Amino acid sequence: MLQDVVVSVLLIAGALMSLAAGVGLVRFPDLLSRMHAATKPQVLGLLLFLLALAVENGTWLLVPLLVLCWVFQLLTSPVSAHMVGRAGYRTRHLRRDLLTLDELDDVVARAAGEGAPEDRRPPRQGGHPGRAVPRGDSGVPEA
Amino acid sequence: MSRQHIPLITELPLVIWLVIVWGALWQDFGPGNLVFGAVIAYAVVNFFYLPPVELTGRFNVLWVVPFLGRFLLQLVTASVEVFWLAVSKGPKLRNAVVAVELRSHSDFLVTATGHALSLIPGSLVLEVDRSTSTLYLHCLNVASEEDAEVIRRDVRATEAWLIRIMGTRADFAALRAEEALP
Amino acid sequence: MTIVIYVVGGILSVAAVLALYRAVRGPSILDRVLALDVVLAIIGAGLVVSMVANRHLDNLILLVAISLIGFIGSVTVARFVTDRK
Repeated sequence: MLQDVVVSVLLIAGALMSLAAGVGLVRFPDLLSRMHAATKPQVLGLLLFLLALAVENGTWLLVPLLVLCWVFQLLTSPVSAHMVGRAGYRTRHLRRDLLTLDELDDVVARAAGEGAPEDRRPPRQGGHPGRAVPRGDSGVPEA
Repeated sequence: MSRQHIPLITELPLVIWLVIVWGALWQDFGPGNLVFGAVIAYAVVNFFYLPPVELTGRFNVLWVVPFLGRFLLQLVTASVEVFWLAVSKGPKLRNAVVAVELRSHSDFLVTATGHALSLIPGSLVLEVDRSTSTLYLHCLNVASEEDAEVIRRDVRATEAWLIRIMGTRADFAALRAEEALP
Repeated sequence: MTIVIYVVGGILSVAAVLALYRAVRGPSILDRVLALDVVLAIIGAGLVVSMVANRHLDNLILLVAISLIGFIGSVTVARFVTDRK
């Protein structure tokens, strides 16, 4: 009985993490904010589901495999998040007007200035329609 | 491909990890299976050559448990917070890209810190500068310079925990000295 | 327990629909990759729910495989996007 209750709570909490990711994906304004929402079902959601499975099953032999599964996820998901985030930043898939502070901009600009200066144009790709707000030079707070 | 000989002791953590993976996949930790797994792991490590990861030579298990507790607590609170932000603020969100300079210059430790930070929703490593070991983080819901300062302190606290667990001796001594200051 | 399974399935379906909406809507390829990553996580969740509901462990290796190689797709696309400029 108690086992069922624990399993139910864990399953529902895990499902809510996935729902949170869905809501975040739809409601957040730009790519990099959406990435924060996407991390959740991958890390905490998976943990809750695996815990539910362990509690429901109740054998210790299963635990190493479940831990392994979670550890693999922990090792891989930051890698993909970093790669996607880096590509998103480099290709200007973010809304500058939503940043209060940007300490990376100068560094990237300096690095790009040595190579290809025309790199600093805003994205041409069907990025974010409307509101392309021109932006100040450095990380001056705008809000 | 010329490969220099790697002493067994540097490969040992990797071999042990592979044996654990093997045992977990078969769900069988009997001695026969583990020995067979060790043979396979040793063969894999020698055939598929990778440059060895430079570990720091220290690992303190005592600090791992509180670190994991702190990590899980942060994970849960940050997840709930991001959920709440998605529902309440949504498109009106303010973010920031914050640069944080770390103490350690060990690649291994910088990677570990970046991993731990990326796993927690609300912060994401965009770029790493290896020469100065600076992490550039994208953070959700940063409205002012004070918020950014809070994040910087938080990141350096995470790094301090990791140094306590597996930092080099020099880093650990430096951390001790820093803590001794008022 | 049956009711819980239905509720969880419902929540996961809504989440999958929201993620798919973002995958269809875009606007950039990185958004789509990200949304499909979330769909993959939801599929993993579905596998666990199926295991709990039917009391078997057949999907476990599949789950390990998903968590191990799920990142390859997004890394590839991210790499491609960065190189093309």
